[in-house]
Amino acid sequence: MKYWTGAAVLLIAAFAASLSDVNEYFFYAAFVVLQFIVLATAWNILGGYAGYVNFGTAAFFGLGAYTAVLLFKALSAPLAVQIAGAAAMGGLLGFGAGMLTLRLRGIFFAIATVALIFILETVMINWRYLGGATGLQLLRPDVAAPFDSYTRMLFFVMALEAVAAVSVARYIQTSWIGRGLRAIRDTEEAAEASGVPTLRLKLVACTVSGALMGAAGAPMPMYLSFIEPASSFNLLYSVNTLAGAIIGGTAHWAGPLIGALALASLQQIVTVTISNEVNVLVVGVLLVAFVVGAPDGILGLFKRWIRF
Amino acid sequence: MDSVLRISGVSKRFGGFAALSDVSIEIAPGERFGLIGPNGSGKTTLINCVSGLLHNDTGSIVFDGEEVSALPAYQRTRRGIARSFQIPRPFATMSVLENLIVPLQYVAHLGEAEARKEALGVLQRSGLADKADTPSNRLSQVELRKLELARAMAARPRLLISDEAMAGLSGSEVDEVLKIMFDLNAAGITIIMIEHIMHAVMRFSQRVVCLDAGRIICEGTPASIVQNGDVQRAYLGA
Amino acid sequence: MIFSFDLLAEALLFGVLLGCFYAAVSIGLSVSFGLLDVPNVAHPAVMVLGSYFTYVLAGYGFDPIVAGVVLMPAFFLLGMLIYRFYYESFERRGTEAGVRGLAFFFGLAFIIEVGLILAFGVDQRSVQAAYIGTSLALGEYRIPYRMLVAFGVALLLTFSLSLYLSKTFIGRAIKAVAQDEPALRLMGANPVRIKQWAFGIATGASALAGAMLIIVGPVEPALDRLYIGRTFCVVVLAGLGSMTGTLGAGLILGVAESIVLMFFGASWAPAVAFGLLLVVLGIRPQGLFGR
Repeated sequence: MKYWTGAAVLLIAAFAASLSDVNEYFFYAAFVVLQFIVLATAWNILGGYAGYVNFGTAAFFGLGAYTAVLLFKALSAPLAVQIAGAAAMGGLLGFGAGMLTLRLRGIFFAIATVALIFILETVMINWRYLGGATGLQLLRPDVAAPFDSYTRMLFFVMALEAVAAVSVARYIQTSWIGRGLRAIRDTEEAAEASGVPTLRLKLVACTVSGALMGAAGAPMPMYLSFIEPASSFNLLYSVNTLAGAIIGGTAHWAGPLIGALALASLQQIVTVTISNEVNVLVVGVLLVAFVVGAPDGILGLFKRWIRF
Repeated sequence: MDSVLRISGVSKRFGGFAALSDVSIEIAPGERFGLIGPNGSGKTTLINCVSGLLHNDTGSIVFDGEEVSALPAYQRTRRGIARSFQIPRPFATMSVLENLIVPLQYVAHLGEAEARKEALGVLQRSGLADKADTPSNRLSQVELRKLELARAMAARPRLLISDEAMAGLSGSEVDEVLKIMFDLNAAGITIIMIEHIMHAVMRFSQRVVCLDAGRIICEGTPASIVQNGDVQRAYLGA
Repeated sequence: MIFSFDLLAEALLFGVLLGCFYAAVSIGLSVSFGLLDVPNVAHPAVMVLGSYFTYVLAGYGFDPIVAGVVLMPAFFLLGMLIYRFYYESFERRGTEAGVRGLAFFFGLAFIIEVGLILAFGVDQRSVQAAYIGTSLALGEYRIPYRMLVAFGVALLLTFSLSLYLSKTFIGRAIKAVAQDEPALRLMGANPVRIKQWAFGIATGASALAGAMLIIVGPVEPALDRLYIGRTFCVVVLAGLGSMTGTLGAGLILGVAESIVLMFFGASWAPAVAFGLLLVVLGIRPQGLFGR
């Protein structure tokens, strides 16, 4: 119950903030962080709990964004429907990719997810109706009351998504599904021999993970009034998500949360003080450093530190 | 009399290598069955085919009257076939108790509390009760082997296959494990024991089959097997 | 789409040359991933690194191919270092191809890519040579000399590596380690040092592959992303552990890409390798010639 109270408090605070006088930049930065949290949490459901690395976060994210655009352009769908549609497509992609490759070893799944990024990007580049390579400008309807701007509204929407994502991850982790996934990660063959339906569980994790990532991408087109393939399928989404989850700690739902916060803050500082490229270098170096030296992430370091 | 497990004409190839050739075995309910053979003779491959980690190329595997060759491993476990692994594969991030909760939840479909209770019971019968909360990656070799067996027991099997559960154990440790297996059999569980420790196999088994290069070369009582010339040749070389 | 047999023939011809080139750039991965089971997604990034080093050396007057050959020993050492690091950090602790190993190599690839951006910028770089920019006239077709050069070097590289693996003692030890490591250990050989050596060779081959890459066309730091698709497509299509299969698989990819390029345009070509990879994983994951 403590969790739900905390979540409710956060949401109320977010809502209140979005109606207040706070500087617009806050909402911009917070949107990025919240989006990061959703992606890292979603990634961790398959990557952290089951041990299968999805390097195609950008594919799911981009697919979500383009699904939202398609629904908006063809059906004038409201944001809620766009998000639902994006989640559905993301889940479908996760299921499909899973059926194709989760029977094989982990590295094949990882490479297949990279393939998805390029294939989807290529499809969107060649799809005139959705803008093709040069992209599509979007005419947004007036922002819904009580919000003053899209930045504020989408900040709140992203806060909702973040709470949803973390709640789903927490449920999966603490349920018997979570234990089954952990068994798969520890020794898949022994898990199968102990009655765990490994393929089925992996598919569930992959589908849920994909759906959440798709949902994370849905608000972007409305946020920018614009969509184009290169930035929607930017590989940085994949690297940052992977790094955020691993740096935070993959065993627990709080890990991606911490990792996303820490990494997003660090990235803001580095980008502003040094450069954008060095920012990416820092992410790469931190990823390797943690994977090698602190595989349980910040959470793991914290646990070790507490023991002393 | 209906057999609990009937393996007929099972073969398995890996590329050009024939790991199993036309193996046929029938096992009676409640039997204590020994499977021996030199390294590389196909014992573990046969076990993998029965438990479902591998699929046999030819032949049929009938468990309790049902053809299981096409079923994935987890469904075979749910129907009552459990196995332990030759090299222990614990769920390393879980405690000893949690290792057992996995099969109890996924095979017996128990809730958390009931699973805990039953898991403790299994641990007591395996001599691991005092290690219930120990992380499984901190166990000694003999404890790991007992955990392998305990985890297979937690799946409430009707057929338990132990794959070299006693390798590397001392004399008294072998006796401990043997007692666990006798107790299980007394409770009605059919047991297939794969072992290299001959005196254990001979004491335990009612019937023994010897594999060599993927084929059955001899079948019979422990006493007759030990005296069989083919078996001696297989182990000592021609 | 205008279809004519002339265009098809030209596409096929180009495809064969391209295919051999793809085989050559994939052969290092065929060893490191196909034989040694190392999830080396940083392979293309290391190759692009080789391209940039070739570019630097070419600036000092070296012929690109010579530069590539000169770089091979250095990259051999680099490869041994990378494998050693990977082994000590992951394989030894038993968590090799899992999350951590993969994350490590992805991270490495990114570090290399960003490092190149910081050092050279995002603009494309290319090299000059006598055979770059000119073509051989063969009947009605014009074959760029640089493609022929790449084709020749590619064949040489593929065959030498295949011969090395089957005829020399170390080569056969490498194949043995791939098939049955415990047996090798029992015979007294040290599998770690053999794998280290093999990984070094794979990386050394990547240096030459990188040289060819910049000969065939301009390079940019992000080029490794596209080549993840191409190299893994070739290695998976060939089947893990098959050296000669790499050539066949490379040809299939080269021809497929060439045909798509000719009849559907450049905007579809990047997806061919990745698409083919997915198809292979779905239908026949063990590849055409795998063990």
